[in-house]
Amino acid sequence: MSEERVQTNDESGLEGPAVIKNFMMNFGPQHPAAHGVMRLVLEMDGEVIERADPHVGLLHRATEKLIEYKTYLQAVPYFDRLDYVSPMCQEHAFALAVEKLLGIEAPPRAQFIRVLFAEITRILNHLLNITTFALDVGAVTPFLWGFEERERLMEFYERVSGARLHANYFRPGGVAWDMPAGLAEDILAFCDTFPQTIDDIEELLTENRIWKQRTVNIGTVNREAALDWGFSGPMLRASGVAWDLRRAQPYDAYDRVEFDVPVGKNGDCYDRYLVRIEEMRQSLRLMRQAIEAMPQGPVRFDDRKVSPPPRREMKRSMEALIHHFKLFTEGYHVPAGETYTVVEAPKGEFGVYLVSDGTNRPYRCKIHAPSYAFLQAMDFMSKGHMLADAVAIIGSLDIVFGEIDR
Amino acid sequence: MEALKRSVRSVLFTELLEGLSLTLRYMFKHSVTVNYPYEKGPLSSRFRGEHALRRYPNGEERCIACKLCEAICPALAITIEAEPREDGSRRTTRYDIDMTKCIYCGLCQESCPVDAIVEGPNFEFAAETREELFYNKEKLLENGDRWEAEVAKNIELEAPYR
Repeated sequence: MSEERVQTNDESGLEGPAVIKNFMMNFGPQHPAAHGVMRLVLEMDGEVIERADPHVGLLHRATEKLIEYKTYLQAVPYFDRLDYVSPMCQEHAFALAVEKLLGIEAPPRAQFIRVLFAEITRILNHLLNITTFALDVGAVTPFLWGFEERERLMEFYERVSGARLHANYFRPGGVAWDMPAGLAEDILAFCDTFPQTIDDIEELLTENRIWKQRTVNIGTVNREAALDWGFSGPMLRASGVAWDLRRAQPYDAYDRVEFDVPVGKNGDCYDRYLVRIEEMRQSLRLMRQAIEAMPQGPVRFDDRKVSPPPRREMKRSMEALIHHFKLFTEGYHVPAGETYTVVEAPKGEFGVYLVSDGTNRPYRCKIHAPSYAFLQAMDFMSKGHMLADAVAIIGSLDIVFGEIDR
Repeated sequence: MEALKRSVRSVLFTELLEGLSLTLRYMFKHSVTVNYPYEKGPLSSRFRGEHALRRYPNGEERCIACKLCEAICPALAITIEAEPREDGSRRTTRYDIDMTKCIYCGLCQESCPVDAIVEGPNFEFAAETREELFYNKEKLLENGDRWEAEVAKNIELEAPYR
């Protein structure tokens, strides 16, 4: 395992060769640059990384097993807690999977609301990733600006769902409630002011020589390696593969909006940063289009066997009350079948493999988390780099342990 | 030409100076922070905070012990026991919420057919011990009395959407 190197030690005056061994070092789980609870065992040859061995499982909460014991409605809040910086995108995957098994489709307005909030989530995620990446590398200011904008976005989250992070807003068959009056206007106003913040962050980083020295040609992943290691999302696109699930297999209203897919050239940390910056700009474009194209109408699938009746109706009609009680106790039965449904989460391909046996609870819910594949690649990406570069590579990987450990 | 431009930029530290002047300009912009305990950020009418059990205007508690909230709670945080009262009406004898288990998903208030259990606008209920966060019926009703005005207003504002 450890490569031993033999060196003649002349200065010490001792006879014979002195043996210098590689040494192991623990990076995390309490290291501030380790993004959560990552434990990385590094085999170091002096300052150079020979082998990186990531350990997972410190944040394991048995989410997949828990979901097997919850009804389909009760399972939704657990998806918020996987990748806790992009909650709604994961609800999206689960909602789409259940809809596919039920054979239903969300009404058009709900589809546009989902697109709108999936893109808000993308900006939330990329802002956190880019700014903390810069923070790990030594630039503190973008972090302060980025979090100010994140605050605004989380306010939108709170106004629409009632919670700033764990939204529980996307439901199988649509969304929980319609957007409150005035929110669309405020989001449009945000779309007007936010490009200035991206420009400011770019002015501090993109051309900055320190930033470039720390990121250019660090952790390079070529096209083949990216595909072999199962990369997806910005990590794959930075390596030059124009693969975006929103484009390749559009879900919800993504086939009715226009956007560009940014692609990198070299697949290093700098390209991944550039791809994410451009994705934020594209997300703004998508948000604008979603608001402008959003039709009026219902936001939940109109079938009382799946979505609960409005409260007004529930308080007056006996039938609606019975449906309400049935849905909140037993839930709905999903026809037997299985599906692997994916969405383009901010980090990459987030998939839910859902098996139903015809009861009111999933038989199995396997979650495919994009970060897991990135973490596996940590070893070959950091080989031969300096210890300080490991921090930059982790920052550019965009990993969140909530979804890796599940 | 491009190479010359690049070397001039490199020698003169242009990009670093541009960055520094930008951060300097931000220094004169108005502050975005709030002085927290005295100033607070905005909250919407949908905010899901601390739980409360509401009463009717005549003082009678709303909860009819249908146990829908107990059934829907994904975290199994709610425990209810009930039996008919002397006047024949069905009420809870025990209504506990373990706030340390609660995940604040809001499904209890969504399921409640009589708007009894609500997640109010209060988010400042940190406690020093775990035991203080095991809420019983008395504590929840007390919360309901305290936050009734805000809660009633929020429910009214949200009525068109629900």
